[in-house]
Amino acid sequence: MNVGDSIPELRTTPDKYLPHRYAGASGDFNPIHIDKEFATAVGLPSNILHGLWMMAQVARANAAVADGDPRALKRLSVQFRGMGFPEQELVVTGTVKEEADGKVVIDTVAAQGDNQVIRNAEAEVSVA
Amino acid sequence: MAVKTEAAGKEWPETTYEVGLEKVREYANAVGAENTVHRDREAAEAAGFRDVVAPPMFCVVYSAPAMGPAILDPEVGINLATMLHGGQEFVWGEPVCVGDVITTKPRCVEIYEQDGKGFYVFETVSSNQDGAEVVRGTWTNIVRGV
Repeated sequence: MNVGDSIPELRTTPDKYLPHRYAGASGDFNPIHIDKEFATAVGLPSNILHGLWMMAQVARANAAVADGDPRALKRLSVQFRGMGFPEQELVVTGTVKEEADGKVVIDTVAAQGDNQVIRNAEAEVSVA
Repeated sequence: MAVKTEAAGKEWPETTYEVGLEKVREYANAVGAENTVHRDREAAEAAGFRDVVAPPMFCVVYSAPAMGPAILDPEVGINLATMLHGGQEFVWGEPVCVGDVITTKPRCVEIYEQDGKGFYVFETVSSNQDGAEVVRGTWTNIVRGV
């Protein structure tokens, strides 16, 4: 991969019950993710996706440049800047910004429509 | 009101986590990790792993429990009602496989105030049963209205 190359776009739509399955898998049962009534009572528009599930989609999109090899992802840094919602498509895009010594650094964004839920994400992936 | 910064540098007890096969499969399904090395023993071994290997972001499953006491510590003084998970970084080392016993040590790196918000930065260092580092996490929590 060369500087300026795009990574394959990842598109995934979390279904209504995905936050429940992720809560079980991760152990994060914060009610803002799994209880719509609770979420709206504390001022959110709805129950919201786990930020770390969205980060896992960013990780998956970046590992895809090394055929999904779990050894290839060396570092991932993200900033959570928006709320993600179930039943809306999440699109992860990325561009190579550095390339050296068999490693690439990829700038990544995850968005639902115009809502950038993860910005300034930077992944270091081994492509040797 | 200024944030309390006395807890910067404080450490909390380490936690241990034993990695189980069905937990890795459950996690891989929840995040859509498609590679068969996260489910199938033969595929994992053929790819050079000791056993079924966890997706990289499985690190939150074994390292997050160490963060609980840090976030709840009155000396740190985080107002949970207005806390947001602002940023996260992981740096991976040795892959984590089924059967591994992972130890995670948490520490508060820094606490500072910016634009009326409190920034609480923690680090977790996780190692396997052989003492090899598997992941280093930097967790940034932001508290509004400090």
